[in-house]
Amino acid sequence: MKKKSKIKIKKSTLTTLITIAGIVLAYIIMTLLSGAGVLSNQMKGLLVPICAYAMLAVSLNLVVGILGELSLGHAGFLYVGAYTGTIFTVAMSDIITNDILRFVLGMIVGGVFAALFGLLIGSAVLKLQGDYLAIVTLAFGEIIRSVLGNVMYISKDASGLHFDFNDGSTLNSADIIAKGAQGITVHRMSTFLIGIILLIIIVLVVMNLTDSRAGRAIKAVRDNKIATETVGISVSKFRLLAFTVSSAIAGVAGVYYAHNYATLTGTKFDFNFSINILVMVVLGGMGSIPGSIIAAIVLTILPEKIRFLGDYRMVIYAVILIVMMIFSWNPKCIELRKTVSAKIKGIFKKGGASKKEVQ
Amino acid sequence: MAMLDVTNLGISFGGLRAVDNFNIQIEDGELYGLIGPNGAGKTTVFNLLTGVYKPDTGSVRLDGKDITGKRVVQINKDGIARTFQNIRLFGKQSVLDNVKIGLHNIYPYPAIAGILKLPVYFKREAQMNEKAMELLKVFDLDGEADTLASNLPYGKQRKLEIARAMATNPRLLLLDEPAAGMNPNETMELVNTINFVREHFKMTILLIEHDMKLVSSICERLTVLNFGSVLAQGETSKVLADPEVVKAYLGE
Repeated sequence: MKKKSKIKIKKSTLTTLITIAGIVLAYIIMTLLSGAGVLSNQMKGLLVPICAYAMLAVSLNLVVGILGELSLGHAGFLYVGAYTGTIFTVAMSDIITNDILRFVLGMIVGGVFAALFGLLIGSAVLKLQGDYLAIVTLAFGEIIRSVLGNVMYISKDASGLHFDFNDGSTLNSADIIAKGAQGITVHRMSTFLIGIILLIIIVLVVMNLTDSRAGRAIKAVRDNKIATETVGISVSKFRLLAFTVSSAIAGVAGVYYAHNYATLTGTKFDFNFSINILVMVVLGGMGSIPGSIIAAIVLTILPEKIRFLGDYRMVIYAVILIVMMIFSWNPKCIELRKTVSAKIKGIFKKGGASKKEVQ
Repeated sequence: MAMLDVTNLGISFGGLRAVDNFNIQIEDGELYGLIGPNGAGKTTVFNLLTGVYKPDTGSVRLDGKDITGKRVVQINKDGIARTFQNIRLFGKQSVLDNVKIGLHNIYPYPAIAGILKLPVYFKREAQMNEKAMELLKVFDLDGEADTLASNLPYGKQRKLEIARAMATNPRLLLLDEPAAGMNPNETMELVNTINFVREHFKMTILLIEHDMKLVSSICERLTVLNFGSVLAQGETSKVLADPEVVKAYLGE
């Protein structure tokens, strides 16, 4: 009998380790390049957004790839987190003077608020599936953006926060920190290092969750809802769990993303933003965390690198996306490639040879 | 007292009375067969027993406890597990994970313990792995623990579904056409598996089947359904000899 070695590393643990090693390696390389002055300013400016997009793609993958439900309102959760977290860091700037501490607390606040919204929306759409869930989440994202990014005025004075849902005229204009469509003025605090640390934590959370009892239940919901219920697992409970965790992470990522810019306005977090993240998830592979991160890196750099194309930029971008989709490692795409190449060969051979290869 | 006691169970879909006045009493340790022509309402009975449908009339008692109209999850926790006519596995997960999902409520730990990899996570996972491998061994699937469930051959998928149902530690196991689509060899193997499960786990089994050879060889008692109502009930040999049953199956 063959004796199995005691130190057998689980495949999922290995993937987690490799992913984290990859992130650390990327950080070291980028820091070295940056130190050597090789890195262009444009690339340096992209480091923080890349981290933010990677976090968002990983969190959306939890809902789309691992839970198997289509959500089109991820930017909404991101915006809730970004907004509440930023309000916190701005409002507390006098009380908590340590920047890092205030930033971290802001992220927690953003994460909690986004999680609450995730819980709220999640329980409202518990019975919805597929297209219906997509439509509701899409609408939610738009509502959040319209409300927070247009009519929400917040001022802060010694007695606390004051809200106005109209034009801010009831508030003392000197104390206003959130000015409707003009947004919030932010202290920029996001750095590449913070992003890398956050990304590692988020990857660990999502991968550990996926690899646990709850994660298996979430994947069971994706694979077969009826069978899940008949083995005594509540579909609603684990859908809600995945939805809430995903929203919380999006909220944290939102706070990080928001603190990279001088102002936070709602215009950025539109439907396109949600779609961009979804494209990263789909291109990186449903359920694949490393895939999401790589796709986030590629799809953040790519549109910037093809700016020289001018008006044709988005056309070429779309073409590149299609080509990447066809040449990905997705099993269905591999199948398609085989079928197509067999057909092409069949045309040249003029025989029945193509049939064999298809089967 | 019977372990499963169903009285006057019935459900309508619109104008169709799918199941009407259905009664069944199954004793502890019994292997009971539910047969009938296509569309007789057999799977509907399973769906009523497991809570997928709520009955309009009647009651279901398991070990004397009323479980009528409870939710699917609760009924499984109360002790009824089932398989499906068209196999419903968690196809994108490994064979081992399929059984571990069945063990979900047997070795519980909070989600946060999994995220933080607390000691309880490792303890419970080790227990789960051990128990799951034990079950897979019983069903001769331990060699394929790491295979994706959807990549298993058909006969083994059926077995895995039974293994997953057994993992939930049920009192009563419902098998919906376990031999459907199997060749004679696979059916023979299935009969052995069912007999083994019955003896090894002292399991009470209710099964739907069309394969009369299988039914007559392993079931002690039968209920025959036709157009939603009970046509005949009793010992297997007597029921199968009943002219009404022969008529329903073969026509006049």
